[in-house]
Amino acid sequence: MPEADISKLNQPQSNANHKSSLTRSVNCRTDSKITKYLLICTTWILFSIILGIPIIFLFTKAFSGGVSGYINSIFSDKDTVNSIFLTLTIAPIAVFLNTLFGLNAAWLLSRYHFPGRTLILTLIDLPFAVSPVVTGLCLVILAGKGTTLGTWFDQLGFPFLNSTPSMVLATMIVTLPIIVRELIPVLDEIGPEQELAATSLGATGMQMFLRITLPNISLGLVFGILLCNARAIGEFASVAVVSGRIGGSTETMPLRVERLFQEYKSPADFALASLLALMAFGTLIAKAFIEKRLHSRQQSFQIPKAR
Amino acid sequence: MNRLPPRMLPGFGLTLGFTLTYLGLVVVFPLGALILQALTSSPSDFFLSAFHPRALSAYWISFITAGTAAILNTFVGLLFAWVLVRYTFPGRRLMDALIDLPFALPTSVAGLIYSTLYSEKGWMGEFIAPSGIHLSYSWWLTVMVLLFTGFPFVVRTVQPVLEELDGDLEEAAAILGASGFQTFYKVILPSILPALITGFSLAFARGLGEYGSIVFVSSNLPYQTETGPVLIVSRLEENAISDASATAIMMLIASFGMLLLINALQKRGQTNA
Repeated sequence: MPEADISKLNQPQSNANHKSSLTRSVNCRTDSKITKYLLICTTWILFSIILGIPIIFLFTKAFSGGVSGYINSIFSDKDTVNSIFLTLTIAPIAVFLNTLFGLNAAWLLSRYHFPGRTLILTLIDLPFAVSPVVTGLCLVILAGKGTTLGTWFDQLGFPFLNSTPSMVLATMIVTLPIIVRELIPVLDEIGPEQELAATSLGATGMQMFLRITLPNISLGLVFGILLCNARAIGEFASVAVVSGRIGGSTETMPLRVERLFQEYKSPADFALASLLALMAFGTLIAKAFIEKRLHSRQQSFQIPKAR
Repeated sequence: MNRLPPRMLPGFGLTLGFTLTYLGLVVVFPLGALILQALTSSPSDFFLSAFHPRALSAYWISFITAGTAAILNTFVGLLFAWVLVRYTFPGRRLMDALIDLPFALPTSVAGLIYSTLYSEKGWMGEFIAPSGIHLSYSWWLTVMVLLFTGFPFVVRTVQPVLEELDGDLEEAAAILGASGFQTFYKVILPSILPALITGFSLAFARGLGEYGSIVFVSSNLPYQTETGPVLIVSRLEENAISDASATAIMMLIASFGMLLLINALQKRGQTNA
């Protein structure tokens, strides 16, 4: 796994050396060796209980039937294969649309001063404050059976609930704040000077965006897309509410995991879950890789804040 | 100030239009539908379902499990952040990278793992069974899984603050004869308190809304282990949409109230620091 030295990400280089020497001298006085080893041991024990053992357990269980059993338990089940395809359809669409929104909204909120800015920020943060179950419920109320919008969709021949578009919409809402929240601090930090220079020299808006803004924010954008994608793949509650959970047609991977678990189909449930876990590890590795490149560019990123 | 009047850079109209349209369709419409539904239902019906005993116990169970998990998360997260920032030890970088796993891992996977791990057939379940403790489907297992989903929030909010901490102050405290504990309590804690509160509230908010992992680990019995989101889903399955939306509105009010309270607390913490 690539090294991710996040601890050094946020401080300028010159300052870092100065600080570490200071910290060392302080540590000599305040933290005795016993305290240090006690704290490190406690951390490792807690880390193993909360994260280590569960992950090892997941893969042990998933591969309890050997590699062939693993592959078999995933690919011999048609509904499981369908769920993988469905997740791999829904997540990219939701992430793509949220990327478009993220770029627009982040540009708007970080570059201009205008009335109503705070209101827009609040609206963007709203999906983080609302339980995903409530998000799903909202969609049911908006366009479910018997509602005006729902009947209208029914008459058009495209019932809204239990359809892929409704699941995409649910995923979009739940993951909406992630990319914007990732981009705003980056754009704020860079400042508008380069863009002002470009436009004053006669660049069109598109030229300015493609040649100045996009290269400057590219790593932050990829970072946000990765996080958004991970959440989109794993979204459970809101999708469960709007999808109707019809096996083979509206079951995404996380929903399929629960169905298999309810039907006592072990280790198939763990096998599919381990596939999701592998995707999560992929996200972490990509993230560590980006952080390493960021480290050389001296930028800092924060986790998306839930408000 | 970095932010300019709209005329100075191109794209204001376009981005404003796109943002407002998207937000309107994706956020305002659906949430508006929920609020409209609550406003148009008769007040007595609304209060009857919002304050139904089953709903009241669900709010309480959500509050208690998410609150307990958030408090534990604050301690665990502070310990992890401290050890990761202050010490070097074998496996430190791996641990640092893996802290983010709960952000990337679907919560339903966490729920699946925990429910099996602590069942009688799982490693941990077998391990603690002789002591007579049975965690599976209990309230405690819900807290455990919320610990898993919430602790990275605390680690990642406290970690940068600990790194930025001024070493001079600690040195001064040590020179003036403060013990290690005194230095921590009087010098370090006040400066990381706002970050701790932020981490706590993020973990709390996440726990209040959590559904994907809880359905796996809890028995979801009304009055015993049923949380707010679980109740909303089961009301929906009964096709009692107005009951579900009354409960949802109450949960919304509660989480906004909590956010306001925490903001106020944080303001006070900052002025005292």
